Amino acid sequence: MLSFFSKPRIQGGIHAEGHKAATATQPIVYTFPLPEKLYIPLQQHVGKPAEPLIRVGDKVLKGQLLAYSQGLISAPVHAPSSGIILDVNDYPAPHPSALPIRMIVLETDGKDEWIDTQTITDPFQLPPEDISLRVGAAGIVGLGGATFPTAVKLNMGRENHIDILIINGAECEPYLSCDDRLMQERAEQIIDGVRIMLHGMDTKNAVVAIEDNKPLAFKAMQTAALPYPQIKVMQIPTRYPMGWDRQLIRFVTGREVPVGCRSSEIGVTIHNVGTAHAVHKAIRYGQPLVARVITVSGGAVNRPMNVEVPLGTLIAELFAFCQVDAENTARIIMGGPMMGDALPHTGLPTVKATSGILALTQDELKNTDEQACIRCARCVSVCPAGLRPLDMANNIRINQLDAAVDLGLKDCISCGCCSFICPSNIPLVQYFKYASGEVAARQQAQHKSEQTKRLIDARNARMERIAQQQLEEEQARIAAKLERERLKAEQEVSA
Amino acid sequence: MIVHKKPTSGAHIGAKVTVNHIMWQVVLALVPATAFGLWCFGWPALNLFVITVASALFFEAFCIRLKGKPAKPVLMDGSALLTGWLLAMTLPPWAPWWIGVVGAGLAIILGKQVYGGLGQNLFNPAMLARVALLISFPIEMTSWIDVSPLFFSQSPGLVDSWRITFEGMASFDAATGATTLGYIKTEFSQNHLLSEILKDYSGFLNFIGWTRGSLGETSTLLLLIGGIWLIKQGIIDWYIPGSLLLTVALLAAGFHAIDSQHYVSPLLHLSSGGLMCVAFFIATDYVTSPNTKLGQLVFGGGCGLLIFVIRTWGAYPEGSGFAGLLMNAATPLIDYYIRPRIYGRDRQGKPLEIPK
Repeated sequence: MLSFFSKPRIQGGIHAEGHKAATATQPIVYTFPLPEKLYIPLQQHVGKPAEPLIRVGDKVLKGQLLAYSQGLISAPVHAPSSGIILDVNDYPAPHPSALPIRMIVLETDGKDEWIDTQTITDPFQLPPEDISLRVGAAGIVGLGGATFPTAVKLNMGRENHIDILIINGAECEPYLSCDDRLMQERAEQIIDGVRIMLHGMDTKNAVVAIEDNKPLAFKAMQTAALPYPQIKVMQIPTRYPMGWDRQLIRFVTGREVPVGCRSSEIGVTIHNVGTAHAVHKAIRYGQPLVARVITVSGGAVNRPMNVEVPLGTLIAELFAFCQVDAENTARIIMGGPMMGDALPHTGLPTVKATSGILALTQDELKNTDEQACIRCARCVSVCPAGLRPLDMANNIRINQLDAAVDLGLKDCISCGCCSFICPSNIPLVQYFKYASGEVAARQQAQHKSEQTKRLIDARNARMERIAQQQLEEEQARIAAKLERERLKAEQEVSA
Repeated sequence: MIVHKKPTSGAHIGAKVTVNHIMWQVVLALVPATAFGLWCFGWPALNLFVITVASALFFEAFCIRLKGKPAKPVLMDGSALLTGWLLAMTLPPWAPWWIGVVGAGLAIILGKQVYGGLGQNLFNPAMLARVALLISFPIEMTSWIDVSPLFFSQSPGLVDSWRITFEGMASFDAATGATTLGYIKTEFSQNHLLSEILKDYSGFLNFIGWTRGSLGETSTLLLLIGGIWLIKQGIIDWYIPGSLLLTVALLAAGFHAIDSQHYVSPLLHLSSGGLMCVAFFIATDYVTSPNTKLGQLVFGGGCGLLIFVIRTWGAYPEGSGFAGLLMNAATPLIDYYIRPRIYGRDRQGKPLEIPK
C-alpha cells in the first residue's frame, strides 16, 4: 500500500507492437559484400567534426586513422576497410534534409587488410585514465543513437565518483533488434566491455537492464555475468520509452536527474550494450569502431535481418542486399519508427548512430489525416516527461511560442509517444520540433539585433566623441589664431 | 535508388484508435440502455429518439455548410450522432417532437458549433441542451410516463404514437407521474418520512430500469454494464465515474446513517435519475473534463458533491445536469492548477536539487 504513495518509477509510455521477431530470431549476418565505395562523414558524433589528416590518393589500411578529433567533445574517424582515398568533399548527410556535409570517400581494394593493432591481455593493469584515452582514440561514441563521445562520459563518471554504471539493453524501439542479437551472441564480450568500463570509471557496480520481451538476451547476459558479482543483470518492463536514459535511471536507481544536469552529477552513468561491446574490441584488440550491427526491417523488406556493415555503406547497397521492395516502400527511416528520421532517399551512408534502417509500407505508417483535437488527454497520460502536449500544440498553432516554452517545450524529448497515441492523427512531435527550431531562431535573431544595436550605439558614441574632439581642436585652433593675431598686433604696436 | 520527398518527423507508426472508433465505441456502449428504454416506453419514445438524432445530424451539417466545408467527413466522425443520442436519452420519453428538435439545435449550435466545433466547447452539448430545455419548458420536461412497453395491450400503437409525438400527450389516455426522486422531494415538502414515502418502492425494479424516468436513463444496470465495458475497452478511465459515484455514495451513506428518515439511502441515489448516465457518459466527455488523473478525480468528486447537494437541499429533485455543467465550467481552472510534474522539475517547474 505504501508503494502506492511513493514516487512512480515509470511515467507515461506506450505499448507498441514489437515487430521484432522477424529479425530477432535470426543470427547476425556477417557476409555483407564489401561495398566498392564507402562514404565516411567527418561528424558522426555530438561535438566538433573530426579533422582529416589524409590526402586524396592516399592508400589506407582498415582501422587507420583518417581524421582526428578536435576539441574536448569530439571523436576520430577510422578507415572501415583498406583502399584508396578518392575524395574529401561535401556529400548528402544521413539526415531528413540530406544537406551536404564533409565526408571522406574511400574506394575499397577488396583485401580488407587491417592495420597493425595492439592486443592487450590484461586491461585491468592499465590506469583508468588510459582506458578513456584508448576508448577515445578508437572513435567510440554512444551507439544507442545519442552518439556522445564515450571517452568523455567515462571521464565525467570517474571525476564525479559515480557509484553505479547502467548498461542500457532496453532497446525499446519497435522493429529494432540489433542490441538483442548482440546480447544473445556476444554476451561475454559485452560483459567484458562492462568490466573494462567499470575499471575505466573506477566504479564498483554495474546494472545491465534488459526489457522483458528479450528473455533469450537476458539469459545469455545473466550467464555471462555470473562470475562477476559486481554486475547485476535485471529485467525491466517492456514499455516504450524505457530506453530513455533518464527513465531508465529513475527505474533502476529511483533517482531523478534534475533538469539541466548530467546523470553523472547524481552518481549514475549510462552506456548502451553496443558501446560496451565496442569498448571490449577497442581495448582487448585495439580495433577502432569501423563497423556496426544494423537492423534492416520493415514491411517492404523481403530479407529482414541484423547485419554487420562497415561504416559508410550506402543505404541503397544495404537495401539491395536485404531485397527491399522499392515499389512498396512508403518511408525510409533511419533508427526506430518512434524517434527515427525519415530519409529522403537511399543514397546516404550509414554512420555510427545507425541502429536500424527501416523500409515501411503505407499500411505500417500512421495515418496523417489530421482531425480536430478532442482533448482526450491520451497524450498527457503517455508523456514520459510529464508534459501536456495538447496545450503546447494549441499554443504553437496560434504562434504563442513563449506560452509553449512555459508549458515545458524545452523538456520535450521528442520520444513520439503523443504522436503515436493521438486519435486525431495530430503530428505533435512535428509541432514541437518546429517550435523549438523557431524559438532558437528567434533567440538568435534577437541576440543579433541586440548586438547590432550595441554596435550602432558604440559607433554613435564614437562619432560624437570624434565630433566633440574636432570641435575642441577647431576652437583651440581659432583661439591660437586669435592669440597669434593679438601677439602680432602687439608687436606691431610696440614696433 | 528510392526517392521520397516530404520527410516527416516521428512517430512514424501509431496506435489504431481513431476519433471515429472512440465515438462508435461509446455509441455501442449506449445501445443496451437505449434499446431497453425504447422498449419500455414504446413507439413515442422511438419517434422522439429518431427526431432528436436526425435533428442533431441536420444542425451539424447545416453549421458545417455555413462554414463552407463539406459536411460528410465531419458527420462521419460520429460526434453529432453521439450528442443527439445522449440528449435523446435524457429527455422524457413521450416529449413532443419540437422538444427533440429545439434540444438538438441548442446542443449542436449553441453547445458546440458557436465555440468552433468539435473539441472547442466549454460545456457538454447534450447537458447544456437538457438543462436549457428543463428551465425553458418545465411542463414538457417533467411529464413522466408510466412504463408502457412495446406490444403491450395498454401501450399506444404506431398511429397513436404519431399523435402523441406531434399533438401532445393529452391525445392519449396515459398514466403519468413523478420520478422516484421527484416523488420523494414532493413528499418531503409535506413533512412525510422516508419510511412512508418509500412503501411501494422497489429497489430491484429501479435498478433494472422498470420505472418512470428519462428515455434512456432508467436502467442503472445496463448503463453500468455499458460504462464498465467502455473502461475495459480503454475508451474512458475510471477516475471520473469512480470518484463521482464514490462521492455520492459516501455522502449519502453518511447522511443516511445519521438520519435515515430524511436522507435517502446511497443505493437509491445510485440507481435513480441520470446519475449513471452522467457518471459514465456525460462527465467523462473528453472535451469538457480535465486532462490529468488527479484533475479527473477532483472533477468527478466535485460532480458527485454537487449532485448530492442539489438533490438533497436544492429546488430540483435531480441535479446531475446542473452539476455536470458547473464542473465543466471549473475544468479550465482545474487544468490550470493541477498539472503533471515535469521530469527533473518540482511542481513549481523549478529544476530539482542535486541530492547531496
